Amino acid sequence: MRLRNFVAVGAVALLAGCAGVGGGGTSGGGGGAASGGASGGGEFSGSPTGTLRIMGFGGEDEVAQARVAAFKAAYPKVDVSQTKGSFDAQQFLTALASGNPPDVVYMDRNLVGTYAAQQAIVPLESCVTGQQVDTSQYREAALKTVTLGGKLYGIPEFYVVVVNLIDGKALADAGLQTSDIQTKDWQALKQTSDKLHQAKGGKISAIGFDPKLPEDFPLWAMANGADLIKEDGSPNLNDPKAVEALDFAAGLVKEQGGWASFKAFRDAHDIFSENNPLSAHAVAAFPMENWYVNVLRDFIPKGLKLQSTSFTDHDGKPVSTVGGNAWVIPKGAKNPLAACAWAKTMTSKETWLKAADARIAKVKADKSFFTGLFTANKPADEEIKAKYLKDVPDPGFEQAINNYYATLDVAKALNASPAGSEIDAAWRSAAEKVLTGMPAQSALDQAQKEAQAAYDKARKNG
Amino acid sequence: MAEHVVRTARGIRAGRARGSLQRKESRAAYLFLLPWIFGFLVFTAGPMVASLFLSFTDYSVVRPSEPVGLANYQQLFDDPRVAKSLSNTFVYAALFVPIGTVVALGLAMLLHKVGRAKGLFRTVFYLPVMTPAVAAGAMFLLLLNGQTGLVNQVLGWFGIDGPNWTTDPAWLKASLAMVSLWTVGGTVVIYLAALNNVPKQLYEAAMLDGAGAARRFFHVTLPMISGALFFTVITHTIAAMQMFDQAYTMFYGPQQKASASDESLVYMVYLFQNAFQFFKMGFASAMAWLLFVIILVITVIQVKVGNRLVYYEGDR
Repeated sequence: MRLRNFVAVGAVALLAGCAGVGGGGTSGGGGGAASGGASGGGEFSGSPTGTLRIMGFGGEDEVAQARVAAFKAAYPKVDVSQTKGSFDAQQFLTALASGNPPDVVYMDRNLVGTYAAQQAIVPLESCVTGQQVDTSQYREAALKTVTLGGKLYGIPEFYVVVVNLIDGKALADAGLQTSDIQTKDWQALKQTSDKLHQAKGGKISAIGFDPKLPEDFPLWAMANGADLIKEDGSPNLNDPKAVEALDFAAGLVKEQGGWASFKAFRDAHDIFSENNPLSAHAVAAFPMENWYVNVLRDFIPKGLKLQSTSFTDHDGKPVSTVGGNAWVIPKGAKNPLAACAWAKTMTSKETWLKAADARIAKVKADKSFFTGLFTANKPADEEIKAKYLKDVPDPGFEQAINNYYATLDVAKALNASPAGSEIDAAWRSAAEKVLTGMPAQSALDQAQKEAQAAYDKARKNG
Repeated sequence: MAEHVVRTARGIRAGRARGSLQRKESRAAYLFLLPWIFGFLVFTAGPMVASLFLSFTDYSVVRPSEPVGLANYQQLFDDPRVAKSLSNTFVYAALFVPIGTVVALGLAMLLHKVGRAKGLFRTVFYLPVMTPAVAAGAMFLLLLNGQTGLVNQVLGWFGIDGPNWTTDPAWLKASLAMVSLWTVGGTVVIYLAALNNVPKQLYEAAMLDGAGAARRFFHVTLPMISGALFFTVITHTIAAMQMFDQAYTMFYGPQQKASASDESLVYMVYLFQNAFQFFKMGFASAMAWLLFVIILVITVIQVKVGNRLVYYEGDR
């Protein structure tokens, strides 16, 4: 019997061992080439050769392929090796810990502050100097999210902003106007949402206005005059304006059946399919990113009547958060020179124009129309818009595209923070709790406490 | 006398031969075990020792570790999400282990009765085990959708208004347990083997004594397969405490993280977040060791209780 007990406990030890977190030694990083260094150019000067290993970049569509081709044409001596798939934190960290990091990584700009604070990525001042990267071409809001402690850690790529997209048919059926979908007057918005919301037999059959919580909580806070992260990177989650915004936005969900039913109904509609919320008349209106019009365009022949308004503050001025990815160079990258050249080339005006050419060719082949290309490179955006954005045959799409372009210059990014990941997790968790019944003040007070502790620790370690 | 000496000499030679054979067999056994021992030391024991060391450090993977004494273990008690994720995991385990055992046993007994196409049915029931957890998680998100999912549609035929399985915080752990039932086929195979080993004479004797189906099940089948039940209860408990794939896929993957509720935060997901998203590898290691100790304690209790209830053939 004792032997059996011993074997059983031993089996536990073995199985529970799976819960052990792999070590990786105590030195980390591994002393690769990239170190940031001084700002004189140094390791980032000259013409790159060798292999360039890229992580986190899907690069499947024509816009990506055209830019990859542009880099290969400009630097024929560089062999590009790409790990397909989006950014994976575990994959990246284990690569760093093993001393074998990729040369360049494509990651969400909101993560850059956290990785910079941990010294997982290097500052790019030397890259900017060595490869003569013109940072003035990039939009200020995009640069802000990749700058920590006055140092630039990423080269921004796309530029994601938000406006309201509307199902015109749902609006017409309810006897409402496009202008009724507005965020200037929140009480009026609530009444509009009530008119558009439909339920049958206790189940939701149509959502009126979807505030897109929890992910768009920063947008609602911004529209109400609050920044969730202060200039110095510290959290500001329980700002009274943020509390008020979350309370109102969560209220829109509560009025439409409550979070559990609301989310289940929303989840039932795949945004990329014919059953998308607008085509299926499942959601009358919601704030949505600029890339989505390129998806919706395919559903015009199937009856989609798109309309759009700007997401505004209480003064009626358009507001938007800014999203998008950036190219960063990990600490210890073996070929930082090629990485810097890649980041520069992939985001230059000339390359974006080639990408736009490729998109136009695809659009013509599909007998469709161009819905814009929204990059963090302002001169590129302006030239592409002037050159290609001429004939939008659908007035609703034209309005949406114009709204997006009008929002680009006024959009604001969340400030970078060394505890960005934890602040992000804290406000998402708080918004979720409010949606399931907790008062906004309590949830955000708790989130602020957690986020502040994480920020203090990150500052102390930094 | 001479005969005795000859017999003794033969005995000694036979003994030496047996000893030599045993040594050869032992060497062969260790040789065969060597790859496993190597794998255990390198891939399990090594990382466990490393994580024990790291649990006393502040380690972000990127920078060198710094000793912090018991600070990470202190934080286990200070961080409310550790308690929350542990409580979620216990609830999930309390749902999954008994339900998984009953469902697997029920299916195994059905399969045991099948005459024709026995092999086909066994394969069909085992196939879900081969399905990647990510695919199963994505599929169950559709099936369990509270508004349009098939599960609630079927419940509706019987007049039952099903809950919002994947979005109502009160039902998230139940939905995870349901998804985990998808892979119960492996346990079914173990139970089926145990059922096949129950001597038919015992059933015949019980029937002659007038025992009905229920009494035969409780007084013959259950005791005779109790060893298999005991083994699976322990392994199910360990697996439940370490559950990650389904929860991560359904609620914390790249598409779902926007709306993950703390009610679905199981321990391993929080450990993963700390290790790879918050750069707290030292704290995550302390979490791993806490889980190890919890599982060890649970298993020791199970073994103690099991020894009183489990019947082993060959035992006194």
